[in-house]
Amino acid sequence: MDILATAGPALADAFGLIIQPQVLGFLVLGVVMGLAVGVFPGLGGIAGLSLVLPFMFGMDPILGLALMIGMVAVVPTSDTFASVLMGIPGSSASQATVLDGFPMAKNGEAARALSAAFASSLFGGLVGACFLTIFILIARPIVLEFRTPEMLMITIFGLSMVAILAGRIPLKGLAAAGLGMMIGTIGEGASAGALRMSTYDTPYLIDGLKLVIVGLGIFAIPEIVALLRQDRSISKTSTLGAGWFDGVKDWFANKWLSMRCSLIGVVVGVIPGLGGSVVDWIAYGHTVQSTGNRENFGKGEVRGVIGPESSNNAKEGGGLVPTLLFGIPGSGSMAIFIGAIALLGSGDIEVGPNMLRDNLDVTYSIVWLLALANVVGTVLCIAASGGIAKMTTIRFTLLAPFLFMLISFAAFQSGQNLMDLVALFSIGLIGILLRRFDWSRPAFLIGFVLADPAETFANQAVQIATFRFKKGMAEGLEFIFSPIVIVLLIITAISVVIGLRQAKNIMPEGDVQSNSKRAPMIFAAAILAYVFVAFTNAWMIPVSQHADRVFPMFVGAVTIVALVLLLIQMMRRPETHTIFADKESHGDDAEAPHGLWGTLAWFLGLLVLNSLIGFILALAIFLILFFRLRAGETSGRALVLTGAGIAFMCFMAWVLNRDFPPGLLQAYTNLPWPLT
Amino acid sequence: MTEIAKLTRRAFVALATASALVTAPASALDLSGKTVEWTIPFSEKGGSAKWANFFAPLLSEALPGNPTVVVKFMPGAGSTKGANWFQNQSDGDGTVLFGSSGSTQFPYLLGDPRVRYEYNDWEVVMASGTGGVAYLTPDIGAKFDGSANGLKGESFIYGSQGATRLDLVPLLAWKMLGMNVEPVFGIKGRGDGRLMFERGEANIDYQTSSGYLKGSAALVEAGTATPMMTWGALDSDGNIVRDPTFPDMPTFKEVCEATDGCETSGEQWDAWKAFFVAGFPAQKMAFLPKGTAPEIVAAFAEAFAKVQARPDFAEISAKRLGKYPMYTGEGAESAMKTAITVNDTAKAFVKTWLAEDYGVVLE
Repeated sequence: MDILATAGPALADAFGLIIQPQVLGFLVLGVVMGLAVGVFPGLGGIAGLSLVLPFMFGMDPILGLALMIGMVAVVPTSDTFASVLMGIPGSSASQATVLDGFPMAKNGEAARALSAAFASSLFGGLVGACFLTIFILIARPIVLEFRTPEMLMITIFGLSMVAILAGRIPLKGLAAAGLGMMIGTIGEGASAGALRMSTYDTPYLIDGLKLVIVGLGIFAIPEIVALLRQDRSISKTSTLGAGWFDGVKDWFANKWLSMRCSLIGVVVGVIPGLGGSVVDWIAYGHTVQSTGNRENFGKGEVRGVIGPESSNNAKEGGGLVPTLLFGIPGSGSMAIFIGAIALLGSGDIEVGPNMLRDNLDVTYSIVWLLALANVVGTVLCIAASGGIAKMTTIRFTLLAPFLFMLISFAAFQSGQNLMDLVALFSIGLIGILLRRFDWSRPAFLIGFVLADPAETFANQAVQIATFRFKKGMAEGLEFIFSPIVIVLLIITAISVVIGLRQAKNIMPEGDVQSNSKRAPMIFAAAILAYVFVAFTNAWMIPVSQHADRVFPMFVGAVTIVALVLLLIQMMRRPETHTIFADKESHGDDAEAPHGLWGTLAWFLGLLVLNSLIGFILALAIFLILFFRLRAGETSGRALVLTGAGIAFMCFMAWVLNRDFPPGLLQAYTNLPWPLT
Repeated sequence: MTEIAKLTRRAFVALATASALVTAPASALDLSGKTVEWTIPFSEKGGSAKWANFFAPLLSEALPGNPTVVVKFMPGAGSTKGANWFQNQSDGDGTVLFGSSGSTQFPYLLGDPRVRYEYNDWEVVMASGTGGVAYLTPDIGAKFDGSANGLKGESFIYGSQGATRLDLVPLLAWKMLGMNVEPVFGIKGRGDGRLMFERGEANIDYQTSSGYLKGSAALVEAGTATPMMTWGALDSDGNIVRDPTFPDMPTFKEVCEATDGCETSGEQWDAWKAFFVAGFPAQKMAFLPKGTAPEIVAAFAEAFAKVQARPDFAEISAKRLGKYPMYTGEGAESAMKTAITVNDTAKAFVKTWLAEDYGVVLE
């Protein structure tokens, strides 16, 4: 009653603030800018916000908020274009969308997938806002109940999704996740500063690999290379089958699924420290478990798009809780957002514990501006989806070089280091091989994403629990086995059991044939070799820094056991067994007109040229040669396409004030922008 | 074709000469139409980002020619990556600016193997400071009477970013007071440390002044936290005095004096004070690259002084940065000198302590 008495007037004030033509104008402006920036995978929100940051100083708070929120809100929406149309996970929020969205695009249902995704996004955003309106008032004590053991349990729950996505051979899924985690532990340990699989002479690796690079390498590069070998369009059918209206109908038919996933999104998004990295996987896992016929997952099941997309926009709303109530940003874009709020007006709005007491009307304005921005963004996206989906009918050979251009640029932005491109290529190679031999790439990515929170929370939980147990047995047990932990344990156990039972039917890589033992076994042995080296490396860390040693050793040991068992099975099974799945033996890849290595060499060529003469010059040579030689275009058209690509790149980099990767040439000469 | 090219070139030359003639007498440095890139070696999230974003628009107004000032982020290796990059910059034309923080100073002082930069090469144009406040849970706070004598039997948990970071200052202070503080490493920022305190997992915490004012002061108001002490501030003679932002709180020095077994002289104290001075009173500094012409350095120092002289500066900066001194020109120079001067005994002491208590070996 008391709560409602304060909430009512504040809510009315908030709507009074929002419903002004000027505010709506700025909101739409923000949305349009956000959509334009959103084409860059892995950059979206941060790049956009940095762009408007200089204008925030002293700006009318509500106008500034409208502009910024418009921009932040559409990033998980505009990301969807890249995920569905090109198989590029734009951000951690849209990784799971790739699994079914991209196969739908290949089946000629891009428009349907996009509009189903957008309708789900919109609904998720609105559900999130409604939920938050009430929840934000009581959120503080609830969020504080999520201590380290609870966070660890949620991370483990996220990891348990590996069971569903493991593919036909559970051991391979487990090993893929283990490899992902081992790669996730590369770099300086968070607890004692010990170096894992890196030295002070390799400064690049000390910070660990970035999610953008791993996401692009694992999903985007293998898909681009595979499609490029075919020399046809993304869509197997030259005409687009289902239109955007079908997608909206699909969403409506699954509105309860969408509702449940929205709630998952907003609830998990509320917990600080986890951010959005697990939300879409948990939503995807829930979608799979709650679907009767699971056969189509990974091959273009529309529910696999609706689930994650409902959750990722709702998550943005949930993420506002730690941001506004605790002053702790859930993501990079939220961090800039907090910084920008301090610049607004006379600087009176301060996020943190007093936000609700002093600025409840502003808080509500933020929540509902976010919802409104979702509506505007979605309407624009649905309107555009029919047209943009036609892209999937264009000959892919004409698209691929531009995609190589985009992902190289995006990868470089994560560390502004030429090594970013080397890392992208190396991870891309792992991605290609995982795809080829039917090892679950989603499992790898989940392992990578969750390695850091799993390690940190595990170390901290152990340390704090030891401290509690010293005080008394009861206090220790109470800390570890809180009601939330027990509930999560049960959910995790159920999810693993159901997941393992169903994993056989869900083939993220499609039905892959097998016929030879040699290549798959060499690959498994190579992974074993890497994990063994990484394990030994962790083992050599001095005991005084044990906190950075235990986790990689544990994960390494489990992965080694899984791999050894897998290799033993491989020796005993006939060569037609699914364990030896190899895409090069049958199907699309084997019959492709172009070879794998020849195609990959084009990309490698771009990177090598880049390291010699810098990005723009390398791009010019690469694009002209590619269009002329590989695509067989006339010189004139090749020049026009190249010019267009470079102009676009320069324009975006100039607007966003981003640098291009330099090469050796740039180290010795001073060239004018954009050749620098 | 060539005629046109010639013509255009001539036009450009004429234009350039004309503009040079117009602006040259006005000032030695004119940045109109240029972009000053202010590189921050941290991510968009941290305090340095807020600091630079606060100054950037003001600096743009104050610099000759009103150039655009953009803040760029180059995070990595605890800021040593960005600092190493800056060490190799030689564009001394006033378009490259760098912002360092205590986290850039500490690895430099501790001889971290990743450090390839040298503060003495750079041209400092501004320095600004901050302070810090330590606080306790109310039940333990009740046993604190201005001395830490009543806290010796307690065991403390503290959410820490790492013993070699700014957390070195509180950890060493607590150790000197004879308090048994166990740091839980691996948190991503001081905000996460406060959250750990709020969740009841940690029972001691510290925040920089702005962090304290924004978050922890509300906890004190609500009765869920009790302030313990500040690290203090430096007066013009280099003595530690009460922090002007928190004049009612005792400084660590006062608490140490009141506590049995804690000395405000000797090796341990000198080491603490050296690292406090390096980490807080001149925590954030703005630099131009080595070899920048003196008149450009002077123009930047002047611009920062102009910012500081704004009539509304005290008000807007107190809200965003806290009430702390800001030095420009020679003041910045001497602030930097104190911040990077730590004698070898203090360094050796801290290194031994880090190795013994936390197993951290920097080599």
